[in-house]
Amino acid sequence: MRSLELAFQGGSKVLMAGLAFGAGLPVIYALAMRLLTLGATQAVDTDGRTHTTYTPMGKALAAVLMLIIAGAIALGITMIAASGMGKAVSFDHIIPTIVEKKK
Amino acid sequence: MDAANVILVLVIGTALAFDFTNGFHDTANAMAASISTGALKPKAAVALSAILNLVGAFLSVEVALTVSNAVVKIQDKSGKPLPAILGADNGDKLLLVVLCGLIGGIIWNLFTWLLGLPSSSSHALLGGLTGAAAAGFGLSGVKWTGDGTKLDGVVGKVLIPSFISPIIAMIIAFTGCWLVHKLTNGIMTKLSERYFRWGQIGSASLVSLAHGTNDAQKTMGVMTLALIAAGHWDATSGSVPVWVKVTAASAIALGTYLGGWRIIRTLGRGLVDITPRQGMASDGSSAAVILAASHLGFALSTTHVATGSVLGGGLGRGTHVRWNTAGRMVIAWATTFPLAALVAAGMYYLGHALGYTAGPIVVFALLCAVAGYIFMRSRNQPVGAHNVNEEWDRPQDVLDQHAPAETATRGH
Repeated sequence: MRSLELAFQGGSKVLMAGLAFGAGLPVIYALAMRLLTLGATQAVDTDGRTHTTYTPMGKALAAVLMLIIAGAIALGITMIAASGMGKAVSFDHIIPTIVEKKK
Repeated sequence: MDAANVILVLVIGTALAFDFTNGFHDTANAMAASISTGALKPKAAVALSAILNLVGAFLSVEVALTVSNAVVKIQDKSGKPLPAILGADNGDKLLLVVLCGLIGGIIWNLFTWLLGLPSSSSHALLGGLTGAAAAGFGLSGVKWTGDGTKLDGVVGKVLIPSFISPIIAMIIAFTGCWLVHKLTNGIMTKLSERYFRWGQIGSASLVSLAHGTNDAQKTMGVMTLALIAAGHWDATSGSVPVWVKVTAASAIALGTYLGGWRIIRTLGRGLVDITPRQGMASDGSSAAVILAASHLGFALSTTHVATGSVLGGGLGRGTHVRWNTAGRMVIAWATTFPLAALVAAGMYYLGHALGYTAGPIVVFALLCAVAGYIFMRSRNQPVGAHNVNEEWDRPQDVLDQHAPAETATRGH
């Protein structure tokens, strides 16, 4: 029974973190796409190729969201690298820092 | 070369062979969705995954020497074999246990690959080690549960996670995919698909990198355990030998590059049809769950997470799910640990009966024979980069290269 209890605790933590990053980041990405295409126009040239023109506002908003995504990817790579070196990334002080792994 | 050295060489070779099967068995976890949506060409996907696995493996600066501690009691906290285990055999028995454990894992990996089923390589390895250790040192050597302070043992590190992790991944991918579709319905489809493919490649790359770091390390740990058992290395001599790292990293990368096409096909095509938006949600979920679990110290199998994510993404988009395929996968998951354990135990009894000189050679020869047989069987219906993305529902027609000729002669 103790194992089930621990599994529930661990599992719900993974679920929460997973929802925040695993569902949250794709949603931010989708939002970036949505904002990028806001007011964008498409034209087909004589060769049949489609050209898309974005508004500066759309591009700027999408870029901001993309920075968040880039930050998350950088965090992911840091976590992998840290675990390979026997360390871990700590979120205790909000800003992620690399610390010694808890034994 | 004396008996001890022969068996050590066999263990190292078998460990690298396991690492190699681990590579191609798990390529699908990272790349099946990207290949299925066409975000990456099949060959490019396996090449990217192989490179990232190699890089990930070399990131394993600090190798955990205690892989087996999750399920059996043969090593202490520093990775040294327990004195009782080394016993009077000078480690020969332990080497035979490790050899047979690896063989159990490899045979199960090859068998599920032949069937095209994504089963967990880590559960196959742990199952094999548990079976061989139980056969060699008795059932009391198996660690069933932890001491109550953390999830541990067969129950806590294998059984429970295999129920929980696919469900967690499914919920996350479902939520992500559903929301992504709500947000992007109606925007220029062609354009968004191109961008979503980039999102997919990014998250698939993270999965590959994490895989290299986690899984190559397991083989490095097992190889080092063998070196310790043979008295060629001890935990006080600093970090793991460089050649162990280089060979293990290369074996997993080579395996990944070979691509487990049969499994990629099942995961990318057989379960649900994957669109770029859905693929990004699935891969994003896999990457997040794997990293979050590793950060929180929750043991789980990449395979279970990847499969749950693909399924959840499909459900989130409301597409048809081939429950038949899903059911076969669940059976493979449930049987991986016990059957790898049984094979390993059987190998151990055989090897032990023949003695520490002939035994290891015979079980190794048996492994080669089984591997050869499975490879021959796989040639009857080859799956490769050329046909990995064919329609799922007519596999017989499409996969059998001779089908058109036969149909012609069968005509009335």
